[in-house]
Amino acid sequence: MPNTKELENFVTQVRRDILRQVHKVNSGHPGGSLGCAEFFTALYQEVMDYNSDFDMNGIGEDIFFLSNGHISPVFYSVLARSGYFPVEELNTFRLINSRLQGHPTTHEGLPGIRIASGSLGQGLSVAIGAAEAKKLNKDSHLVYTLHGDGELQEGQNWEAIMYAAGNKIDNLIASVDLNGQQIDGSTDQVLPMGNLKAKFEAFGWDVLEVKEGNNISKVIEGLNEAKSRTGKGKPVCILMTTVMGHGVDFMMHTHKWHGVAPNDEQLENALAQNPETLGDY
Amino acid sequence: MKKYTNTGNKDTRSGFGAGLTELGKTNENVVALCADLTGSLKMDDFKKNHPERFFQIGIAEANMIGIAAGMTIGGKIPFTGTFANFSTGRVYDQIRQSVAYSGKNVKICASHAGVTLGEDGATHQILEDIGLMKMLPGMTVINTCDYNQTKAATLAIADFEGPVYLRFGRPKVANFTPENGKFEIGKAVNLTEGTDVTIIATGHLVWEALQAAEQLNEKGISAEVINIHTIKPLDEKAILASVKKTGCVVTAEEHNFLGGLGESVSRTLVENFPAPQEFVATKDTFGESGTPEQLMEKYGLNAEAIVKASEKVLKRK
Repeated sequence: MPNTKELENFVTQVRRDILRQVHKVNSGHPGGSLGCAEFFTALYQEVMDYNSDFDMNGIGEDIFFLSNGHISPVFYSVLARSGYFPVEELNTFRLINSRLQGHPTTHEGLPGIRIASGSLGQGLSVAIGAAEAKKLNKDSHLVYTLHGDGELQEGQNWEAIMYAAGNKIDNLIASVDLNGQQIDGSTDQVLPMGNLKAKFEAFGWDVLEVKEGNNISKVIEGLNEAKSRTGKGKPVCILMTTVMGHGVDFMMHTHKWHGVAPNDEQLENALAQNPETLGDY
Repeated sequence: MKKYTNTGNKDTRSGFGAGLTELGKTNENVVALCADLTGSLKMDDFKKNHPERFFQIGIAEANMIGIAAGMTIGGKIPFTGTFANFSTGRVYDQIRQSVAYSGKNVKICASHAGVTLGEDGATHQILEDIGLMKMLPGMTVINTCDYNQTKAATLAIADFEGPVYLRFGRPKVANFTPENGKFEIGKAVNLTEGTDVTIIATGHLVWEALQAAEQLNEKGISAEVINIHTIKPLDEKAILASVKKTGCVVTAEEHNFLGGLGESVSRTLVENFPAPQEFVATKDTFGESGTPEQLMEKYGLNAEAIVKASEKVLKRK
């Protein structure tokens, strides 16, 4: 199991991968990706129990669904560096004939992806289905998800949140990336969502908060705590506070880098703040 | 000409229910999901016999489609059940992304399609669902004609790998296809042989087409009736073989003429063997309340309408 320094190095390399992917094609979503580098690293390098050979059915292993598919750069980087596909393939992000589509998809057969996402609000339902299948298969492994906070404005989430509690889907850990930003501005400006903890709890979920979502140790601690709360009759939610654009000073605390790639100069500046650790692709 | 006997009116949705009941016994991977319409979809037996494999989702169709997509990850074969309107239009993007684009083995089973839903009116009478579903890459689209065929189709789609839209209806209609007949996805069924006009029908209009063919026969017109239960993939070979013989075609469906079976046939003909075609279908309109028979008559979806269309198309040869 990697130590904290090794995990931090992994995170830094993931940040470089994110920046270089979006810069190359001058498109993609760096802000949310950068903010979730610790979460993905924690999941795939520490917390999840998964098989190195990808199998769509995921029987006998933990599985993960990314609902806010636009943060594909962080997902692709962590999948590649966790051995799902060659790291060099990150070079093909968003290019024609690539398996690394703008938003993740099963359509091109990229290992590690189990559902297409991008049109928001669908991932939790899918995860519930997979969790139900695990119960039917008497598979004690867990289902993890990640959702954007703005994404919770989609009504389907609340159908799913209601169903999961009502049907005791307790092999599910849904994480919400609370970065407080969406395309048009802060979530409070666009559509205030009120007290999300109280909302999830009112629906019958077990909710825990990770206040430092960009601290790898705290994220791992939160995920392990969430794991310990599974199997107790309630779905588990992690409300994880992150900073959009984390790790690149001029991208932080703003929605402006939600879907904008850095230019050459900005890339150089951003990469200088995240020195190469595991080797660039 | 070959005659068909109605062995007694039955609803196609009960054929679905019977098929699902059988699948419950024969295929342990089959799971059923319903959005608060278990009785209407005839899923009660499956629910009773296999409570652990039946999932009551509540009135939340988007969530149902997503859950079904997720259940395939783990090897389940989910059959979702609700009305056609709530199976398609309401959840189009969920089907598009989580099922079709993701290539998931979900069977979307849709009852109460078309105007024959009757008194509930246009809010529930979807006439656009075939179009919506056939436009999705990778989606197989089936519209069965009677109880026996719906049961057979339900069994067949469980053995087929890939997303399927299975469309059926509410009213009791003639049951005339063979009991326990084999259902071949994508294969047209030639019901009568004829030389003057080809009538290509789907769903509830197949029986009407047979009635029309008899009436035409009495007038000295020889009609070839083809039952197209699978709108996608379309059996173009069977259609072309018949139209090359007859030289004209009438398509008949309980669906809008925009986006339905008729347009699929038109495209096939235009690309291969242009021929005059008449459309027995709704003409870009919503339905309304009424009895199924009244609505079929008002919207021109019965044997009489097919006879008229056949006579018209014959003049255009």
